[in-house]
Amino acid sequence: MSEIQLRRSKTTVSFLILGALVIVLFAANLTIGSVNISPAKVFRVLTGASDVETTVRFIVLDSRLPAAITALLAGASLAVCGLMMQSAFRNPLAGPSVLGVNSGASLGVALVMLLWGGTFRGSTMGMTGISVVMSGAFAGAMCVMGLILFLSNILRNPVTLIIAGMMTGYLVSSLITLLNFQATAQGIQSYVMWGMGSFGGQTRETIIPFAILTCVGLIFSLSLVKSLDLLLLGEDYARNLGLNLRLTRNLLLIATGILSAVTTAYCGPVSFIGLAIPHITRLLFPTDFHRLLMPACILMGGAVAMLCNLLCLIPQSGILPLNAVTPLIGAPVIIWVILKSRR
Amino acid sequence: MKKTDSLTTLRLQNVTTGYRLKGHKIPVGTDYTATLPAGRLTCLLGVNGSGKSTLLRSLSKSQNILEGEIFIGNRNITSVPYSEIGKLIGIVLTERVDSPNMTVYELLSLGRAPYSNFWGSVSDEDRIIIKEAMQIIGIGELADRKVCSLSDGERQKVMIAKTIAQQTPVILLDEPTAFLDYPSRLELMMLMRKLAHENNKTILLSTHDIPLAMQLSDYLWLVDKDRKLVTGTPDELGTRGDIGNSFNRDGVTYNHSTNTFIKK
Repeated sequence: MSEIQLRRSKTTVSFLILGALVIVLFAANLTIGSVNISPAKVFRVLTGASDVETTVRFIVLDSRLPAAITALLAGASLAVCGLMMQSAFRNPLAGPSVLGVNSGASLGVALVMLLWGGTFRGSTMGMTGISVVMSGAFAGAMCVMGLILFLSNILRNPVTLIIAGMMTGYLVSSLITLLNFQATAQGIQSYVMWGMGSFGGQTRETIIPFAILTCVGLIFSLSLVKSLDLLLLGEDYARNLGLNLRLTRNLLLIATGILSAVTTAYCGPVSFIGLAIPHITRLLFPTDFHRLLMPACILMGGAVAMLCNLLCLIPQSGILPLNAVTPLIGAPVIIWVILKSRR
Repeated sequence: MKKTDSLTTLRLQNVTTGYRLKGHKIPVGTDYTATLPAGRLTCLLGVNGSGKSTLLRSLSKSQNILEGEIFIGNRNITSVPYSEIGKLIGIVLTERVDSPNMTVYELLSLGRAPYSNFWGSVSDEDRIIIKEAMQIIGIGELADRKVCSLSDGERQKVMIAKTIAQQTPVILLDEPTAFLDYPSRLELMMLMRKLAHENNKTILLSTHDIPLAMQLSDYLWLVDKDRKLVTGTPDELGTRGDIGNSFNRDGVTYNHSTNTFIKK
């Protein structure tokens, strides 16, 4: 049993390292930027000291803090989404975008931005604008989710379901392209900007519904760990051990649907994080058990997303689009997964 | 806990197994009536495609039957929820567990799932039960090994240990000896016989290994050429010629007195 104890203490150390990494990156997200603000000053702003300049207070509280929280929660959501999909479909290359749920959200946003594009203007759209975009993304994602849910009760084979999801994605992309012909230049611009992905652009107000919805989705997902662990044995063994397969499958689709819809609505269709993080997490935690992997993915997803947010700030002249940075981390991981599975 | 004592067994009443395809019934085995003797090793024999796996799947409620009734103890199996099946019937399948990082101990801990809480965490009592299961099957030294690194024989033993950890009175195994070498087959069959007799398990095991089944099982279920279910002790079926009728081919006949297949 000593080996089990050894592994347990290794796990504890890994969690501590990961937790420390999250804290450091969170702090870095608050201090680093076009204007560097010292950690001491950031701390004074956060504790509500009155002797700090209003500009500094504004930058920390209304720009960097919401962006850091968005990155943390969005990264966690996408990572958990990817983990659940990879387990549910027993496919290491499954991710939130694979089922077409992200595309559904994109279609919803495209409809809102391109058809009524004139009335909302990019980053200055304010609370009403964001909630309209949010509703669009959510409705779009849920429509695709409903379709996939319906298909999953007919298509028993997970692989065919993934193919159906991918086809839905293509169909939606084509619809968006068609919509582009009808849209105003302004609408297209704001849609393209959204499509590049960003953790920024949130205020203290708009982040509250995002944080609540994401946390609900994450807690819901955590409640599915026992089912996911049983599914590791295959469907027949899992059913024999008391798992309700159809209910579990539907709950998994709902959980992944909520998480990817909310994240996509707020941050755009962020690529690669959902797919790559579970694999990076398994490097640190060599287990298949979700009761360990899922909390670890939450931390790792948050950490990597905050790292990506920092990388976006590297050029002094402006901010890099998020989707230009995430493939730098994601693509090598996926190539590595393919190479490893070849053996 | 309710009646999960050694008397719990499976009983088939005019059962037709099979599939439903677009509303049509496609029967595989018709009008099976039989009782699995409690605390005994029963082997399920039949040629390929005779419906042994379908019958095993039906008995574990992995698949619905087309007609008739299956009873576990005195309850109709359709009225037993899946959450309870896992406490009554343990299964060992031909499909492999391919989870790359799972250890033997972790797999056995999943065998406690029917009893564990919402999060699936393993209690001290569960740990004792898992340890006992490993001792009974003799795989204590494998606890920390990755499941995918095991030999076929070791893997089967681990899956059997899982059913022991499940503490089910009934164990169903689908061709557990299929990929094993001769000594391992013999070892596994003797282990199953021991589990039935010493641990009061009611075991049904499908196999193509007729001589071993004739030698080591207490009872036989034979799916014959007409897909009827014939039951009896090995000696009864052998003397009556049921084994020969089902398995004899051009040039090959079963000889009951020597328990071998010989050239005509």
